[in-house]
Amino acid sequence: MFSNFDFGVIIRTLPYLFYEGMTFTLMLTGLAALGGLVFGTAIALMRLSGYKVLGRIAGVYVDFMRSLPLVLVIFWFYFLVPYIGQWVTGASRPISVGAFASSLITFIMFEAAYFSEIMRAGIQSISRGQPAAANALGLTYAQTMRYVVLPQAFRNMLPVLITQTIVLFQDTSLVYVLSITDFLGAASKVAQRDGRLVEMYLFAAIVYFTISCVASFGVRRLQARIAIIR
Amino acid sequence: MIEISHVDKWYSPSFQVLTDCTTSVSKGEVVVVCGPSGSGKSTLIKCVNALEPFQKGDISVDGTKVNDPKTNLPKLRSRVGMVFQHFELFPHLKIIDNLCLAQQKVLDRSRDKAMVKGMQLLERVGLKEQAQKYPANLSGGQQQRVAIARALAMDPIVMLFDEPTSALDPEMVSEVLDVMVDLAHEGMTMMVVTHEMGFARKVANRVIFMDRGEIVEDAPKDDFFGKPRSDRAQKFLSKILSH
Repeated sequence: MFSNFDFGVIIRTLPYLFYEGMTFTLMLTGLAALGGLVFGTAIALMRLSGYKVLGRIAGVYVDFMRSLPLVLVIFWFYFLVPYIGQWVTGASRPISVGAFASSLITFIMFEAAYFSEIMRAGIQSISRGQPAAANALGLTYAQTMRYVVLPQAFRNMLPVLITQTIVLFQDTSLVYVLSITDFLGAASKVAQRDGRLVEMYLFAAIVYFTISCVASFGVRRLQARIAIIR
Repeated sequence: MIEISHVDKWYSPSFQVLTDCTTSVSKGEVVVVCGPSGSGKSTLIKCVNALEPFQKGDISVDGTKVNDPKTNLPKLRSRVGMVFQHFELFPHLKIIDNLCLAQQKVLDRSRDKAMVKGMQLLERVGLKEQAQKYPANLSGGQQQRVAIARALAMDPIVMLFDEPTSALDPEMVSEVLDVMVDLAHEGMTMMVVTHEMGFARKVANRVIFMDRGEIVEDAPKDDFFGKPRSDRAQKFLSKILSH
């Protein structure tokens, strides 16, 4: 039944798929997760700050980002940023922003909305006595967050954060709308060139599945370990 | 050392928690605050280092006004030690790091200096061997002793205790009280919210009795235990001393 298929194409293009494609995918995932976590934590702190205006701005941002399909955001951002850049800098022509930079910023902004909700839950899971004790020792608000609240919130939320990152890892494949050579993009290009659609897409599916599955398994083990420590 | 004058606190006009509270704690004095639950004694002690805001009146610690917006609160709080009912050690830090954190970040002590100070205090509360453990591995009584050591590491000019033994199993109460009695004998200025009347009899200079947000009685220890003037204090004492 597989006589018409040529799975050798996978072996032949492995270096291309992984060196170019997977490197890009992992880099985008890693940087976007990191940026999203930092930005998301800032948004969570804004929401919990007690300043109504700050909280409102953060709330609107989160709701806005979560109400839009990711593909659309990637798409719009890519086409809009050059014009916004032109408007901000007053240049005569639209600023050229690389596809990587554009997609990275998009993912950071988008993921920040989700990470902020996770971090917010994490911060709220810390009993109020903890910041009170830190304040009583003379730590400032920033120090209390930095040394007492956020480390605990982060630890409590680590499994959820990694799970969200696995989703992000899969979502990065959406950059195909910008014709970027991520892992799926690379597989897709080979598929089109050699007419080996079934083989390449099957292989891509297996790779995404395997990586996500292993990561999920790791999360479960981590959860068990954290549960013992606490 | 602590001056509390005419302090009022309310959450809403119909929900008054503190009413016209006035008292003081002088240097070297040990003042015990007691009263039925919900009487506002924990709230009052938390007002002293501004963990709880209040709407009217003044509190000053060592001449610094707590309710002045210009006051550098972190700096003031670093000189006021506080021990909580539920210990509130930082669970993600080792015992020694619990003692070092604020020394290094607030007082800018070097890591070495903070460690030396921390180990000294751990030895003093009898927990030197536990330095490298995490709070979750210690018993309640041990955790509370660490919490006292953590507060002492900041070289406070006054110590506040908010029901330090209420969350402890009965057999662990005395190990914590022993540390507090030692502290009192060394001349530390202390304000202690507690139901431990034995502790009050042993080391208190004055006893304050609170009920429904008011300071009902504020008397030298012997007067308070000898012949409390108010009915409410008499009732309260008969209830907790009869067991």
